[in-house]
Amino acid sequence: MENGSSSSSFVPSTPLLKDELDIVIPTIRNLDFLEMWRPFFQHYHLIIVQDGDPSKIIRVPDGFDYELYNRNDINRILGSKASCISFKDSACRCFGYMISKKKYIFTIDDDCFVAKDPSGKEINALEQHIKNLLSPSTPFFFNTLYDPYREGADFVRGYPFSLREGVPTAVSHGLWLNIPDYDAPTQLVKPLERNTRYVDAVLTVPKGTLFPMCGMNLAFDREVIGPAMYFGLMGDGQPIGRYDDMWAGWCMKVICDHLGLGVKTGLPYIWHSKASNPFVNLKKEYKGIYWQEELIPFFQTVTLPKECTTVQKCYLELSKQVKAKLGKVDDYFNKLTDAMVTWIEAWDELNPSVNAGTAAARKPNGTAK
Amino acid sequence: MWQTPREQWDMSLKIEDNEVDIVIAALRSNLNTFLEEWRTFFSNFHLIIVKDPNLEEDLQIPPGFDHQVYTKSDMDRVLNGASINFSGHSCRYFGYLISRKKYIISIDDDCLPARDNSGVIVDAVAQHISNLQTPATPFFFNTLYDPYRQGADFVRGYPFSLRDGVECLLSSGLWLNIADYDAPTQIVKPHERNTRYVDAVMTVPLRAMMPFSGINIGFNREVLGPALVPGLRLVGEGKQRWETIEDIWSGMCAKVICDHLGCGVKSGLPYVWRGVGSDADNAMDSLKKEWEGVKLMEEIVPFFQSVKFPKTAVTAADCVIEISRMARENLSSLNPVYAQAADTMEAWVDLWKGD
Repeated sequence: MENGSSSSSFVPSTPLLKDELDIVIPTIRNLDFLEMWRPFFQHYHLIIVQDGDPSKIIRVPDGFDYELYNRNDINRILGSKASCISFKDSACRCFGYMISKKKYIFTIDDDCFVAKDPSGKEINALEQHIKNLLSPSTPFFFNTLYDPYREGADFVRGYPFSLREGVPTAVSHGLWLNIPDYDAPTQLVKPLERNTRYVDAVLTVPKGTLFPMCGMNLAFDREVIGPAMYFGLMGDGQPIGRYDDMWAGWCMKVICDHLGLGVKTGLPYIWHSKASNPFVNLKKEYKGIYWQEELIPFFQTVTLPKECTTVQKCYLELSKQVKAKLGKVDDYFNKLTDAMVTWIEAWDELNPSVNAGTAAARKPNGTAK
Repeated sequence: MWQTPREQWDMSLKIEDNEVDIVIAALRSNLNTFLEEWRTFFSNFHLIIVKDPNLEEDLQIPPGFDHQVYTKSDMDRVLNGASINFSGHSCRYFGYLISRKKYIISIDDDCLPARDNSGVIVDAVAQHISNLQTPATPFFFNTLYDPYRQGADFVRGYPFSLRDGVECLLSSGLWLNIADYDAPTQIVKPHERNTRYVDAVMTVPLRAMMPFSGINIGFNREVLGPALVPGLRLVGEGKQRWETIEDIWSGMCAKVICDHLGCGVKSGLPYVWRGVGSDADNAMDSLKKEWEGVKLMEEIVPFFQSVKFPKTAVTAADCVIEISRMARENLSSLNPVYAQAADTMEAWVDLWKGD
């Protein structure tokens, strides 16, 4: 729908960031999907987190630069702290965040393919995530024309000028065409529904607002928010599944709100090809569906003290409050609290130099306007 | 499309055409093109056409519309000395006041129907009605936007207890072609046109503030009417949209009130096609006048962020009185327009209650 007479300003090309970004992919099957992404992922380093049986050989298509970690590797590297990394669940992907040495992470599921925009053009999801992360967010005031930094858009009348610089963007949450990310009950009721609506917008999730963060198509500034992106205890030996990304998203959002960081949602779309079995999903989610009724009021009312000036401090404080307020919902939350603490310890061990969330880690956003 | 169990029991209302008035502020006398272009979509509705008191020429209205025109003499009669200025864009508020219907839809007289991405003409009236009929979801953000739209739903992780939603009291639409920018932006980007049709409606979350544009709106007059108040007039207010701030102020009032009442505000579809050519020279002149509005926003935003209502404020009218009291206390020392706004808001509520 772009027309020739739009903004006359020069549109800079998006930097590749190929030496500053890792792509983290959890997998238990195979990585055939990478063939379709080759033109877009070719330049980037991949971190493959192999879940399930470590003796299985996962073949990575030729020509990709990657490191691969299976459960044995995770156990070896983290020792006793490996207990915080889930097994038999894609939540294990957060090990990839921890082990990475790059500034940015893009994570994608192995059943997600390249989507097309309404003009038929293939969407470079990674490029859009990079654009989202490199331009500011605007959490303090909602812009009705969505992302004001996009070509052809701007802040609308009435948007205060003092808020137009925005804040650094910590997280870019992408969406999915085809199989939508529904919970099990909705999948059972609407098994044939497909998301065919391409909504051409990126927007900032306002401060104080929570949302369900899906880990299928997600990018973030690891230096700024990494320690908050713990995907919890799921899968084998755990009473719950399919709440890993939700948990990370709620923790991440309260911390971003506290530290004055932004979270965007919307573009880019990927094509989600695989509908998981709703009955299997229901068993995994069942407890979560009830527990989230307690979790949401908890996250909506949580406050972090002024002294929590880094992500790690925020996260540890959050873990204390989880124990105090959610421990009584189920003993699982006591275990989760311990795992949250272990995660931070492991993170700091593997990433000793920079405290995430401090001024040192927060480089100014580049192409702001 | 078969109805899912959720669709059968969801909280959607059914709004009848005879519950809606369409209010048109006539800032120009020739409404022929405007009304002809909108005829298909306006024809089932009663129109309240309010003539800008500063407009001298008679209005030209094509035949076949069920309509009523209101002019300065009607305003004088109703106002009976009350100090509310209905000139310029504010004349539409008289239409909101005088209406007897439950819902209002209002579109600026320089806007025509837009086309969507498939080239189909958009029925903005029907979309506003749909937005007001279906629940809003202000307490948790749905990443697939409006969960009640066909082909969408609540995503995984959305708490079930919040899926009934709450009543939507205000529907704020958008504009293709000439976007609603302020004067400085118009000057910097005189040729920018909004060509991006974003196919979404979404609820503006609880406590999130937004710049509410009065160009293309729908609302529940019965509940929210008193909140849409022509309170804040710029000293140099003019006829260009970037020379006004009345809708921004009333929108901030409406949003904090909706938040307090536990109701919702939606933004997004429908689009209208805003056709007035933006004249950069005009914008430059406006900037001399409207810089005032840009400066005022810096005071207005922290003010509304701090607005808290007592539990005893249970109606929009109660809340408006509270806002006017707080504005008088906290803002009037900063600029005389705020004391004027407080006076106007009180007079407005009196008029509203007097009906």
